[in-house]
Amino acid sequence: MQIAFIVAILLYMLSSACYFAYLFLQRDRLQRVGGVLLTVGFICQSVTIGWAFVATGHVPVNNLHETLTMTAWALVGAFMVLNLKFRIKILGVYVAPLAVFILLIATQFPRELLQPENMLKGVWLIIHIITIFAGDAAFALAAGVGVLYLLQERNIKAKTRGFFFKRLPSLDLLDTTGYACIVGGFTLLTIGLVTGMIYAKVLWGRFWSWDPKEAWSAITWIFYAVHLHVRLAIGWRGRRAAVMAIVGLGVLLFTFFGVNFLLSGHHGQFTKY
Amino acid sequence: MEKIILIGLNHKTAPIEIRECFAFTDDDARAALTALCAEPSIEEALILSTCNRVELIMVAAEAAEAVERAKAFLSQTKQVPLDRFDESLYIYNGEAAARHLFRVAASLDSMVLGEPQILGQVKAAYRTATEQKSSGVILNRLLHRTFLIAKRIRTETGIGDHAVSISYAAIELARKIFGSLRKKKVLLIGAGEMAELAVEHLIRNRADAVFVANRTFERGMELATRYKGTAIRFEEIMPHLEQVDIIISSTGSQEYILRPSDIKGIMRNRRNRPLFFIDIAVPRDIDPRINLINNAYVYDIDDLNEVVDDNIQDRRREAIKADRIIDAAIIQFRKWYDSLNVVPTIKALHAKIKGLAQAEVEKTLGQLPHLTPEDQRAIERMMGATVSKILHDPTRYLKSDGCMGDRSASLDVARKLFKLDD
Repeated sequence: MQIAFIVAILLYMLSSACYFAYLFLQRDRLQRVGGVLLTVGFICQSVTIGWAFVATGHVPVNNLHETLTMTAWALVGAFMVLNLKFRIKILGVYVAPLAVFILLIATQFPRELLQPENMLKGVWLIIHIITIFAGDAAFALAAGVGVLYLLQERNIKAKTRGFFFKRLPSLDLLDTTGYACIVGGFTLLTIGLVTGMIYAKVLWGRFWSWDPKEAWSAITWIFYAVHLHVRLAIGWRGRRAAVMAIVGLGVLLFTFFGVNFLLSGHHGQFTKY
Repeated sequence: MEKIILIGLNHKTAPIEIRECFAFTDDDARAALTALCAEPSIEEALILSTCNRVELIMVAAEAAEAVERAKAFLSQTKQVPLDRFDESLYIYNGEAAARHLFRVAASLDSMVLGEPQILGQVKAAYRTATEQKSSGVILNRLLHRTFLIAKRIRTETGIGDHAVSISYAAIELARKIFGSLRKKKVLLIGAGEMAELAVEHLIRNRADAVFVANRTFERGMELATRYKGTAIRFEEIMPHLEQVDIIISSTGSQEYILRPSDIKGIMRNRRNRPLFFIDIAVPRDIDPRINLINNAYVYDIDDLNEVVDDNIQDRRREAIKADRIIDAAIIQFRKWYDSLNVVPTIKALHAKIKGLAQAEVEKTLGQLPHLTPEDQRAIERMMGATVSKILHDPTRYLKSDGCMGDRSASLDVARKLFKLDD
């Protein structure tokens, strides 16, 4: 299955090249080819992940290599889902290279499992892992869209109409897309946390144990809850929403990786190498 | 290519007083084409008449004579003495004529660079010419190339991209803010040509609910009826700011009508839905500091002018690319045109038939190894004689003047019939 993994990286690279060419040349066909390459790459990666799942019986997130691979996969998948409704063609310039980057880091870490833990089994756990990854990917997209929003807003406010003015869609589309990503991400994160707590109850007999990972997950959840609240209640849209989406990704990354490297707690096997 | 002649005048060479004298209506053009083709010196003709140009494109063996005829014809039919417009005329011959036509159709020669209507006008002119049967092989080919090139330039360069008028520039900006303008509400403060044009563009883009605020309520009523909108009093602007999205202002007021403090409160009530102010007034109506408020965007007349200037610059840059495409097209057209000469066509015809015969003879002789050299030579001689006899009459026909004066048509048919153009 190593071969499918390498093919996936190569396809993502080609897709990145197409999207970059699209950014500069503005030929619609480039963007479409980029999308097709990305989709085929995603299928290849799905094969490797599915294979690992069938072979071991649990979702492959048992070391840093697998976790990073899964992250890239979720990101591309979320982008494809987003594309069904919100066609922000230029977003591929963010997603494809980011997936390549994450996968290249993943290749630097050994693939072998250190100690296959039997912990990672059961339907609650599978739902927990999948929803958390998907939710995080949606938040990553929200941050990407947020950056695009800030760029475009600057173009219009400063009346500079630089390189990106022509290439980026309207503020309204960017704002709505970012909002959709946050709503989707928040829903998935909530499901993920609830299933995680149920799993903890099954495994350890209690829902909550004030582990750093849990605390930071709660902080992340509250952050995005506040984000949605201020948007709905007092209309924090546009620039503020974009900034919050970007800051949110920072909080999220800390919860995802930072806690494991800097603090301790469970979920440790997650980033072992 | 010296047979192609283009004579005309346009907005660069002739003032409107002269151009208007030469406007051809459709019926005029039909009559004129019939009259021109009746001239023995003119083989094919086409008339392009728009508000910015009048051009006659002709195919004639004797260029100088055809030009004289055309000038006399223009002077006569339009009742204008030649010395009044002779200086405004430009005359292009051969490649220059083809290049000029390509540039016109691609809107490189237009008053507003890249405006899209001209191609349709050229197409209409050509349709009239075909209906009057005044276009022949050369003009048909030339015009078809023209349409192809113009289309290619439009898709491959940015010649038609981005607004080059104030009101369109404002609409383009609004699209960058709101995406679709559907269902967006518009408030027009004051009146004025540019502001009204912008409102009309907005309505065409399906914006709805136009409010009109004017110091004189009656004038406001008038405008509101025109846009099927609502007239409001000047004092009612503030409460309406909560529901509109685009504000176009163009009053004679000496001081700002809207200030940041007004807008801040309104943004809260609007829950930060974006507001776009288009300030066309001088002195300005909208305090520029409003642009600093989140989700509020202010563009004044200078900003919009700058957008337009930038876009014109962009189009000029794209025009250079377009000229490159035209250069290549001219070379191609010349190749086709030259192939219409007698000698290359006859040569190609002979080469093709002889080649076919030679190949068949070799194949046959290869299967008959028992033949003596004498026999082989006899077969070759027989084939050679047959080829010569077959080619004799077509060659003589193409060389003679028996093509009823339209040799290019016969050559064209010959090339197609024997597939000589691969």
